[in-house]
Amino acid sequence: MSEKVLMKGNEAVAEAAIQAGCRYFFGYPITPQNEIPEYMAKRMPKVNGVYLQAESEVAAINMVYGAAGAGARVMTSSSSPGISLKQEGISYLVGSDLPCVIVNMVRGGPGLGGIQPAQSDYFQAVKGGAHGDYYLVVLAPSSVQEAVDLTMEAFDIADMYRTPVIILGDGMLGQMMEPVQFHQYKGRNLPAKDWATTGTNNSRKRNIINSLFIDPQELENLNIERFNRYKQIQEKEVKFESVNCEDADVVLVAYGTTARVAKSAMSRARAEGLKVGLIRPITLWPFPVQVFQQVARTAKAFLAVEMSMGQMVEDVRLAVNGLKPVYFYGRTGGMVLTPMAIVEEIKKISGGEKND
Amino acid sequence: MPMDNPRISIFTGHFGSGKTEIAINFAINCKKYYNKVAIVDLDIVNPYFRTKDASRILESQGIKVIAPLFANTNVDIPALPAEILSLFHDKDYIAIFDVGGDEIGATALGRYHRYFLNEGYQMFLVINTKRPLTKDTESILSMFEGIKKNSRLEISGLINNTNLSYDSTVEDLIEGQKIIDDVSRQTMVPTRYITGKEKILSGMPEYMKKKAFPINLYLQMPWQ
Repeated sequence: MSEKVLMKGNEAVAEAAIQAGCRYFFGYPITPQNEIPEYMAKRMPKVNGVYLQAESEVAAINMVYGAAGAGARVMTSSSSPGISLKQEGISYLVGSDLPCVIVNMVRGGPGLGGIQPAQSDYFQAVKGGAHGDYYLVVLAPSSVQEAVDLTMEAFDIADMYRTPVIILGDGMLGQMMEPVQFHQYKGRNLPAKDWATTGTNNSRKRNIINSLFIDPQELENLNIERFNRYKQIQEKEVKFESVNCEDADVVLVAYGTTARVAKSAMSRARAEGLKVGLIRPITLWPFPVQVFQQVARTAKAFLAVEMSMGQMVEDVRLAVNGLKPVYFYGRTGGMVLTPMAIVEEIKKISGGEKND
Repeated sequence: MPMDNPRISIFTGHFGSGKTEIAINFAINCKKYYNKVAIVDLDIVNPYFRTKDASRILESQGIKVIAPLFANTNVDIPALPAEILSLFHDKDYIAIFDVGGDEIGATALGRYHRYFLNEGYQMFLVINTKRPLTKDTESILSMFEGIKKNSRLEISGLINNTNLSYDSTVEDLIEGQKIIDDVSRQTMVPTRYITGKEKILSGMPEYMKKKAFPINLYLQMPWQ
């Protein structure tokens, strides 16, 4: 499918997963990501794959554990409250070093919250939503095309480092329609899954998938080994986009669909003579720390904009490390930011009216 | 809109085929000819990007908007308002039904089945052949049959809305028409309208131009 087609973000993520070789999908419906399971239900049987609607999110993530343990490419998807339910399973997947892809099309929270788009699950995705020492690779697409490309790559990253990878979108990305192309994915050179429980055929030692360790020293060793892998991810997998930062006084920081609103705000501000730039983290973990260090030398201030009460802004502050003031502006509960409101915030910063 | 059309028009199709934009444009066009025009957001499937989003524009033109009570709120309760029934009783109304996607969305029509039969209706199937699940004759026929079955109504016209959003070209429409003509041959249901932005429609060959229905886009993204 190399010709252009028109797809919803959710459908496109599902098709991208299939084209990346995912043949197992376990999920449970929740708005606003239902088109993912819907699409998988229609497509998986046609590619000799398995679509299974589990009895709950908890069941679904544990089915992912089973399939990943057997070496399969596997995905689950949900939206905020459903991702909360999956947290125990995610920790077990990490503890057993199992690769998989988890999609979260974020909606308003906390609690049952609402079905409109939000980015208020940043902390949960990036800072460890479950128990134990761990990170997840978190990818944040801002267009339907990027959702396709990142979903395909997510499976390779997962297999390469034996880690779950999260695609962190929002309801808007899931529901909106854009033209997309499915380029033939050139996969990475990946290590063989010689750890998977595929049957020994009496020819090798058995493999065990497990996250329970009787000896604390053994558990510490494994955690340290895993953090060495995280270090490699931090060195090799950082992705970001920076626009107009060279001469910018105020640098906007936004991810996902909000970055598109921010870009629109940047253009309007530039048209009014304000020097505004944008940093868009594409990997939220690993966070693109270095670009902030560079841009902080010339920029006067940073403004993080999010569909939340302020979560990524904490990572921006850590990355800027006190070199320049970091401000925040956000909407939450399913409310979407407008370019005009962001321009107003930029003016407040330029006029010295806003506190960081 | 010719005067001999039934006063009730129903827009169905695959989700993401463009039903809502077309229904909104159709309502605005009807308002030029008729005093009382109403549009019903009958979508019980889609949580975002729906008729309700354009209610301010529609209402400012004097078009009545009837939407599920909780449309565009934070709850996912697709309850249909009783007010919809008033459109069947007040025969002065031109009523436009924007239905939810696929055969699942069309199920909501069943509730009003006998009213549609009593009052007369025309039902359109909106098709965008650039949507992967309605890209060829076979998949469109399957959608056609599913919607017919679930709504228990007859599809009287096809609408060619083949587009790639901001990357649309006239070639897409021409290519789409070939597939839709094939669907027409097999179903005996004609293409009634070919929709798109006026600039794109103006590039169509003459035989297609007769069916041109130019539309404006009312549902915008927050960055547009």
